[in-house]
Amino acid sequence: MDLPLLWFLLIAVLWLGYLVLEGFDFGVGMLMRPLSRTDTDRRLVINTIGPVWDGNEVWLLVAGGATFAAFPEWYATMFSGFYLPLLLILAALIIRGVAFEYRGKIDDDTWRARWDWAITIGSWVPSVLWGVAFANLVRGVRIDADHQMVSGFFELLNPFALLGGATTTLLFLTHGAIFISLKTDGEMRERAGRLAAVLSVPTVVVAGVFALWAQTAYSAHVWTWAPVLVAAGALVGVVLMTRARREGWAFTLSALAIAAVVVFIFGTLFPNVMPASNDPANSLTIANASSTDYTLTVMTWVAAFMTPLVLAYQGWTYWVFRKRLTAAAIPAHIGLPLRDESTTSAP
Amino acid sequence: MEALDVARWQFGIVTVYHFIFVPLTIGLAPLVAIMQTLWNVTGKDHWLRLTKFFGKLLLINFAIGVVTGIVQEFQFGMNWSEYSRFVGDVFGAPLAIEGLAAFFLESTFLGLWIFGWDKLPKKIHLACIWAVAIGTNLSAYFILAANSWMQHPVGAVFNPETGRAEMVDFGALLTNNTLVAAYSHTISTSLLVAGTFVAGLAGWLMVRAARSSELDLARTVYRPAAMLGLITIVLAGVGVVVSGDYQGKLMYEQQPMKMSAAEALCVGEEGASFSILTIGDLSNSCEGVRHILTIPGVTSYLGTGDFNGYLPGVQDIQAQYAAQYGPDVDYQPNLAVTYWSFRLMIGFAAGSAALALAGLWLLRKGRITDKAWFARLCLVAIPMPFAAASFGWIFTEMGRQPWVVAPNPTGPELIRMLTQDGVSTSVPVGEVLASLLTFTALYSVLAVVWFTLMRRYAALGVAPAPSDEPDDGSEDSRPLSFAY
Ligand code: HDD
Ligand code: HEM
Ligand code: HEM
Repeated sequence: MDLPLLWFLLIAVLWLGYLVLEGFDFGVGMLMRPLSRTDTDRRLVINTIGPVWDGNEVWLLVAGGATFAAFPEWYATMFSGFYLPLLLILAALIIRGVAFEYRGKIDDDTWRARWDWAITIGSWVPSVLWGVAFANLVRGVRIDADHQMVSGFFELLNPFALLGGATTTLLFLTHGAIFISLKTDGEMRERAGRLAAVLSVPTVVVAGVFALWAQTAYSAHVWTWAPVLVAAGALVGVVLMTRARREGWAFTLSALAIAAVVVFIFGTLFPNVMPASNDPANSLTIANASSTDYTLTVMTWVAAFMTPLVLAYQGWTYWVFRKRLTAAAIPAHIGLPLRDESTTSAP
Repeated sequence: MEALDVARWQFGIVTVYHFIFVPLTIGLAPLVAIMQTLWNVTGKDHWLRLTKFFGKLLLINFAIGVVTGIVQEFQFGMNWSEYSRFVGDVFGAPLAIEGLAAFFLESTFLGLWIFGWDKLPKKIHLACIWAVAIGTNLSAYFILAANSWMQHPVGAVFNPETGRAEMVDFGALLTNNTLVAAYSHTISTSLLVAGTFVAGLAGWLMVRAARSSELDLARTVYRPAAMLGLITIVLAGVGVVVSGDYQGKLMYEQQPMKMSAAEALCVGEEGASFSILTIGDLSNSCEGVRHILTIPGVTSYLGTGDFNGYLPGVQDIQAQYAAQYGPDVDYQPNLAVTYWSFRLMIGFAAGSAALALAGLWLLRKGRITDKAWFARLCLVAIPMPFAAASFGWIFTEMGRQPWVVAPNPTGPELIRMLTQDGVSTSVPVGEVLASLLTFTALYSVLAVVWFTLMRRYAALGVAPAPSDEPDDGSEDSRPLSFAY
């Protein structure tokens, strides 16, 4: 097989893994406040992703690194071009990551409330902006003959892209609500299950409109109707399954829907990696943005060896933590008091 | 203000910041793994308590290392896109492999370790923390492979058609002698940081316990931890010096300009001395530089292995580079920064050395100590190797300037890039400034939070032994004891 093409597919797989996995993390983060009545509820919700969120985020890092290695031109043009959205995403991921780790370290309501905002904002911002960014990729951005992206920030906020942002956000919200209902028991499971059923309806509608628009306006391929139909079918299934409270099925289908959206996005890009809207001759393509065959061969060996291993131990983690959590199993606060009354003075 | 300057400040701040936390993670993860292993092997309670105590500090630290690392992965493309285009074929591979081989490993197994205390069999749980330790050390290897290639490009050729560097031998990248030196130096540095951290904290807590008549706690819990830290300092210290010496030799061959800049040596000299203090205006002019307090021959020895060896001066190399790589470029790095950062790197090691000497003496043959001056020394010593490591990097990276990819004197032609040519050309200065301000502000707040949490959790000391507890309400025996 053509190595650049193989790496295009692998990068699509990495984004797929990232958006399916961190998709529910983001959903959980966005829903943590609205779904909770008490602080124990919040901790219950956060603990559903406690052992796994960091591993899920690494999918993004590897997608970034693999893009750098396999398509340096793409890496350079895309990340310098999407500078401000990426900056916002990075800032959001920073506050979100430390928030998970630090919120329980001090036993104080104000302290926790601050970190809860960090989790909320840190989950909303990337959910919206990943959609905006990918929609812009599909739509095409202005690229000059030197492969510099020249679209300004506000150009990125066009209606199509904003609809893309709404789509990813709704997908992640539904996905996250289903995940919570799958991972908890008791009242939280009920609440999350009900919310998932409610959210699934606007998700079908918005994602449907987005996919139709994208397919008719920006896809050069007929076959990309296939992922559109798969996504639509899966999302209708999500509506039905969340109503029937079949959590396992609902989760499988919402994961499938996100996966189909990613397949659709990369399918419409093909054979470009960054289509230029001003002049197709300036587009970055799989061929003109890729690394040499030597580098790609090395990378292919490494990936062939490492990926099964990673999948095995990440899968095992989900197995180890497969049990549903309940509010009763959440221990009392273990953080330190806000004021430091203890013995920190020198001995 | 130019985008280039802002981008450089941004990169320097963000990366130095990342590397404040990283060495502690790299060094502390194996030390915690050793503590947990000792608990598994000896069954002694205090090793469990120490594992949990230092484990918690490791987690507080790890969080910042992780989130600041995310920025690193993307900022080459954001701020240094021309650099990325030029080197991506070579440089991207170690970066991608770092994620695939190391970050997945450490993040997944850290999650298992944190949440798996009562879910996993004891041995498997222990294996998890070792996997984390291996992961952090692997990640250092691959990232340093990337960085060493920038210091000393090997295994690649210049393709005139595409105008970029292309990899031809990945093995050469992974066995680059610059990498061997930098990796051993960075890992010993990290162990020095962590050893000082463990010895310093345990020593301080020991004095506190001894002074509040908890002699048993001081003797059976804090003393073994302090000894573990002190031994680590000694071994790591030897490693730092040996590998640092090796780096000096390589630098003489590979980046002579950096070596001479480190000494602010303007004109070539045989038996160049190492100056401890220099006055005069070092800001990139050779006039008025006066070395005082010098140790004869040491710099020559560091570079050539011979106290009488010849070291070229900055001005000699400038002339040589101008002929070789083109005139109109100032090939001298900032002399003041290289000169002082080199000295501060070495100088700050004094903290760890003093702690090791005092500690090993006071704790000899099963003794404990309650000396207040020792407690103070512990606190003073802890931050010093952190500072040394930062200055070491500032020296390495600033000493490489004006190159972002330094030319390899014996390597492929045309694989070299000036930093000014690497910056993103399409990003407006305002956006770079926005990112500089955002990260600086965010990182400043995080630094305060990190410090507060580290200080407070350190001051707690180890949790009481499970058997001393009235019921099973102790933190350790609860389910999800490390939960969020
Ligand atoms: C605790 C920290 C620490 C201590 C005590 C030392 N170093 Fe160091 N040094 C570092 C931490 C460090 C570092 C931060 O880890 C660097 C930056 C890049 C690298 O590979 O290691 C470094 C770089 C570095 C370089 C530059 C390599 C290059 O630019 O390619 C040299 C020549 C030395 N060191 C030499 C020494 C010597 C001779 C030391 C003592 C006798 C010494 N270092 C102590
Ligand atoms: C963690 C340890 C590191 C620290 C503290 C550090 C710090 C610095 C500093 C202070 C500069 C000089 C800034 C300037 O003169 O403008 C710099 C430059 C640079 N470093 Fe590092 N660095 C580290 C590791 C690395 C690694 C591992 C890489 C690559 C993988 C790297 C890539 C670069 C690049 C591309 C530049 C040029 C851009 C510039 O000049 O700002 N650095 N770094
Ligand atoms: C000497 C230089 C560096 C070393 C040794 C190093 C090592 C590490 C280590 C051990 C971690 C684990 C988390 C922690 O420490 O708390 C980490 C995090 C990270 N580092 Fe660095 N790093 C260096 C510089 C860089 C640079 C230049 C990059 C950019 C490519 C980078 C990318 C990352 C990323 C993406 C993470 C997050 C990983 C996660 O989520 O688990 N690092 N780094």
